[in-house]
Amino acid sequence: MNSEFLSTIAIIALFAPLAGFVSTLLLKKWTKNAHYAEMFFIGVNVVAAGTLLVMTAGDLHTLHIISSFNWIQFPGITFELGFQFDSLSIILLFGVALISFLVHTFSLQYMHGDKRYSRYFAYLGIFTFSMNGIVITNNLLMMYIFWELVGLSSYLLIGFWFEKTSASDAAKKAFIANRFGDFGMLAGILLVFVTFGTFSFDGIKEGLLSGILPFNSGFWLSVMGVLLFCGAIGKSAQFPLHVWLPDAMEGPTPVSALIHAATMVAAGVYMVIKIYFLLSADALLVIAIIGALSALIPATIAFTQYDIKKVLAYSTLSQLGLMVMAIGLGAFGNAFFHLMTHAFFKAGLFLAAGSVIYGMHHEQDIRHMGGLKKYMPKTFLAFAIYTLAISGVPLTSGFMSKDAILNATMIYGSLTGNWIFAVVGFGVTFLTAFYMFRLLFRVFIKGNITGVEHHISHGHKVHESPNVMVVPLLVLAALSLFPFFSFNPLSGENGWLMKGMNFASSAVPDGLRYTFMALAGTSVTGYTESYFEASHHYHYIAMALSLLCALGGFGLAYTVYFKEKVNTETYKAKFRPVYTFLYNKWYFDELYEVIIVKFTLLTSRVLFWFDATVVDGLVNLTAFLTRKVSDLGGLFDKYVVDGFVNFTAMFTGLIGLFMRKLQTGKIQTYVAFIVVSIVLLFFFYARQ
Amino acid sequence: MTEITLYHFLVISSLLFSLGLYAMITRRNSILILMGVELMLNAANINFVAFSHFGNFGASGHLSALVIIVLAAAEAAIALAIVLNIYRTFNTVNADEADKLKE
Repeated sequence: MNSEFLSTIAIIALFAPLAGFVSTLLLKKWTKNAHYAEMFFIGVNVVAAGTLLVMTAGDLHTLHIISSFNWIQFPGITFELGFQFDSLSIILLFGVALISFLVHTFSLQYMHGDKRYSRYFAYLGIFTFSMNGIVITNNLLMMYIFWELVGLSSYLLIGFWFEKTSASDAAKKAFIANRFGDFGMLAGILLVFVTFGTFSFDGIKEGLLSGILPFNSGFWLSVMGVLLFCGAIGKSAQFPLHVWLPDAMEGPTPVSALIHAATMVAAGVYMVIKIYFLLSADALLVIAIIGALSALIPATIAFTQYDIKKVLAYSTLSQLGLMVMAIGLGAFGNAFFHLMTHAFFKAGLFLAAGSVIYGMHHEQDIRHMGGLKKYMPKTFLAFAIYTLAISGVPLTSGFMSKDAILNATMIYGSLTGNWIFAVVGFGVTFLTAFYMFRLLFRVFIKGNITGVEHHISHGHKVHESPNVMVVPLLVLAALSLFPFFSFNPLSGENGWLMKGMNFASSAVPDGLRYTFMALAGTSVTGYTESYFEASHHYHYIAMALSLLCALGGFGLAYTVYFKEKVNTETYKAKFRPVYTFLYNKWYFDELYEVIIVKFTLLTSRVLFWFDATVVDGLVNLTAFLTRKVSDLGGLFDKYVVDGFVNFTAMFTGLIGLFMRKLQTGKIQTYVAFIVVSIVLLFFFYARQ
Repeated sequence: MTEITLYHFLVISSLLFSLGLYAMITRRNSILILMGVELMLNAANINFVAFSHFGNFGASGHLSALVIIVLAAAEAAIALAIVLNIYRTFNTVNADEADKLKE
């Protein structure tokens, strides 16, 4: 393949959204249609990314482009920027571009009439640019740069309606929570650089394979992995930094779809997959535990929430937790598969929620919704497909990818004897199906039908969204079906995506990695034989169990919310403490309020005291001394220096008084002086 | 008939010089002072030419005389311009009444 041509396309794909950002900002002074510049460039991005995917689809295994150039050079240290196109980046690049394009299209209508319409599109452009940067980079430093850019654009978009206090608070919260994670990631990157002297993934891998370990200890290798993973905890909103994501729903709904469901939160997962080769077994276990917690906790919160976007946000958290857990269990490919399928149907869910909110005139509380199927049939259709997909019902993409992850948890269980992750996985599947069908039933089929009719009878129209919003929904719904990922609806393993993936191959030395993971270069797939045996053994068991869980969740939701046989209020009353605990999101916000906010305030008060007494005291003392010294200097100036100057002036004046007597101002006198002087001179010369 | 010697020239030129000097010192009108200066310059010219004639100096004396004539013309032009300006400012050409600087 002509790699120079591919590089050019890659560069176009990377920079097109940036061009859109700049041109939209420049043009918005003159025209109200500046957003078409952004639309154009995002289109360019999709076409370029699509071309890349098509041209390399034949052999995704191969590393297509890897090119880098020196960015900063110091004696002995060189910082490089560069691209690396393996199957992961090519697929994700296209996925990001496609979803971004659909969200752009959706926003054309959804954001119509907003007073910062063009700026909104410009922000989407800078976001897509930074996301592209994360996807195509070949080193950690460049990734960190774009990582921060993504954080910035997320901050800008969450706080897009910054007149609302809640929105600007949510933006700040997201930014600060991300700072915590990024701090760990930066420490990890520094540790990498100190150890290996390079930032590039290949360089690290080579170093690791040649036996270099940080501080020569396996423990520090684990620390390095966990530190780098901290970045993902922040960006992918993993426990314990997950609190920012539900609040981020204050941003415009298409932004939630693009950033907080499909792409940015996936960046953390993507980053961990990129560095999987340096993760030791201990680090992976930490990752798996964090992932399991992040999958379970939000899933329990999700079914107590009433805000349609909040439910989806918690479901996103839970799904991201599943992916991270899968990585922790060694199933990188499955995690990436789920990342891709989830990106499509979760973006779709959010856009559908946006469509509902738009149709209901900015109503987000599901207690005020019901029977919307009648009024918004297309949105309902799309939403139903997404719900099936996220719940893991066969014939959808979500079924294949979730099944792959559940299979991985069972393999892990059988190989290590630790079944807890499998239990978490199936539990989460059950909960997911339950709260998603709860949402579907309450919003579209049953629910508060009388309330909506009442609403309509008062002259408020509840209507289907215009086509420019519905078409992206239907496209995403189509992409949530199985044929786009694998032609066998029961197994994603043989689909093009899983086949094309560069499978996990660990570079961690023997004894530090999971026993079932093969060393890089020794195995094509990255796993040992026993792993595959277990995989085949548990494939259908996992599938059956996952179906059972999904059906269980569906059945429960069906009984409670469709048949309405159970009065939820009585159960709420019966389990009041548990319900309150879940409804208040496990009191994480309150906990952080105490731990972080109060602690910070206390620290700042102590520091203020220190500042006011010690530092200010020192400064004041210095000022006092300086004043005294300058007083002395002033005296010296006044009496000695000035005295001397005045004396000189006075002396000159005296001489002048005397000399001016000679200057009569009469020319005749001067001439007489001259003549007399000359005569005298002659006289003296003549005497000699 | 006595032969005209260097001595005669020198007497004439010193007379002329003295007259110029006298005019310069006694007159208050600046134009008259200038005329005195011209007389003194011409006395010097006569000296140059005479020495050049009687001494063995080639033509350098003549050349010096020519230079002085040109110089005198330039000096007259500038000095008269100054006098004109003095007149405009002080409404007089008397040299001792133009004494602003002294105050």
